[in-house]
Amino acid sequence: MYEFKYHRPATVRQAANLLVKNEDAKLIAGGHTLVPVMKQRLASPPHLVDLSHVEGLDAIEIKGRSLVIGATATHNAVATSAVVGEAIPALAELAGQIGDPAVRHKGTIGGSLANNDPTADYPAAVLALGATVVTNKRRLKAEEFFQGMFSTALESDEIITKVMFPLPKKAAYVKFRNQASRYALVGVFVAKRPSDVRLAVTGAGSDGVFRVTVFEEALKKRFSHKVLDGLTVSAEGLNSDLHGSAEYRAHLIAVLARRAVEAANAKA
Amino acid sequence: MAKISMIVNGNPVSANVDPRTLLVQFLRENLRLTGTHVGCDTSQCGACVVHLDGKAVKSCTTLAVMADGHEVKTIEGLAPDGAPLHPMQEAFREHHGLQCGFCTPGMIMTAIDIVHRKGHDLSDHIIREELEGNLCRCTGYQNIVQSIAAGAKAMANSDLA
Repeated sequence: MYEFKYHRPATVRQAANLLVKNEDAKLIAGGHTLVPVMKQRLASPPHLVDLSHVEGLDAIEIKGRSLVIGATATHNAVATSAVVGEAIPALAELAGQIGDPAVRHKGTIGGSLANNDPTADYPAAVLALGATVVTNKRRLKAEEFFQGMFSTALESDEIITKVMFPLPKKAAYVKFRNQASRYALVGVFVAKRPSDVRLAVTGAGSDGVFRVTVFEEALKKRFSHKVLDGLTVSAEGLNSDLHGSAEYRAHLIAVLARRAVEAANAKA
Repeated sequence: MAKISMIVNGNPVSANVDPRTLLVQFLRENLRLTGTHVGCDTSQCGACVVHLDGKAVKSCTTLAVMADGHEVKTIEGLAPDGAPLHPMQEAFREHHGLQCGFCTPGMIMTAIDIVHRKGHDLSDHIIREELEGNLCRCTGYQNIVQSIAAGAKAMANSDLA
C-alpha cells in the first residue's frame, strides 16, 4: 500500500470540502473494497476521507412509502434490521448473503453502490426496486446512477448520503454464487411494484447490472414463474470467463428469474 | 503519522502510526500481540479476526486509524494469563478443533461472535454457514464444528463473554 493522508470529517459537508481541496482523494467507510485494492496497489489515493465518524449517516427508517437506508449502514445492520425485515425482507436477505459475517460487520451499502462492482449484490436491488440514490448534491434514479462496470454518475466531490427504496408489493433476490469467491456468478432481483414489475440482473453483464425487459413485460401481465416458460436471454454482452461461459450465464438468468418469482410469491 | 488511541484487551494504548498501518500489523508489530495471524491478507481466510466494539472483523482489511477511539479484543484478551481458558478455547482443546493451529485464533474469535449473535444452541448447519469467512486447511472442519457447538453451550454457564 502506498502512503496517504488520513482525514476524519465529522459532517458530510466537511467531507465534501476535503474532496474538493484534495485532488484524487477517496472516500472510505467500511474499507472492505478500497483497502484490498490499495494493498494490491490497484488504487493509490493520496488522501483518504473516512466517513465512518459522520453521525447519523447509518440511519435506517421508513419515510412515507419508502425505506431509507443511510450510506454507512453496514450489510449486517441491513440484514438484521427489524425495519428492513418488515418493509422489504428481500433486501435484508440480500444483505445477509454478502461476503461473510466479518465482512458484513464493516462493508456498507454506500460503499458497495459507489464501487458498482459488476458482481456486487446491492446494484440488482437498487435497480429492480427503482430506488433513488441521494447524494450531498442531488437525487439520482437507479437508471441514471449506474453507468457500467465500476462506473457511476457520481462526481469527484459527490457523496452518497442515503438510498430511498419505494416499498414493493412483492420482491425476492436469488443468487448463484461463485463457489470460490462467493460473489454472484449471477444474481436476480425481482420486484412487483404497485405499477409495474422490474427484474434486474447482477454478475452476468459485462457492463454491470441490467434489466430484462422481456421478462418484466411478461410478469407484468401475470406475476407467475409460468409466464417465463420459453423466454430466454441472449448471451450477447454477458461475461464469459473461467467460472462460466456467457451461454451458461444466460441460462442461469432464466432459471434464477423463475426461482425469484416463485420466492416472491411464496413470501406474500 | 497519525496519533491513535484505543482500548485493546481492556488496556488503553496509544501510538503514532503511519496511516497505512493495518490493524493486524498494529496489534502484532506495535503491541506484540502475535496471537492474531495473517493468513491470506485478502479478507478471505479469517485468521486475522478480532472483535472491534464486540463484533468480529478482519483486522487485515481494517486500517489501524479506523479503530482509533474504539475497543479491540484479540485472542490474548479472552482469558487472563494463568487463569483457566475461555470456554470456547477449552472446547477447541477438548474436541481437538485444530491440527496446525494457524487458523485457530480467528476460528475462536469468530465462534464467540457467532454465539453473541445466534445464541448458545447452535446447529451444525448454522455453524458451517457462519464459518464461511474462516478457512482451515487441515481439519476438514468436523472437529471445529463440534468444538463451537460445545463451546457455545459452555459459554451459557460462564462469566467470560
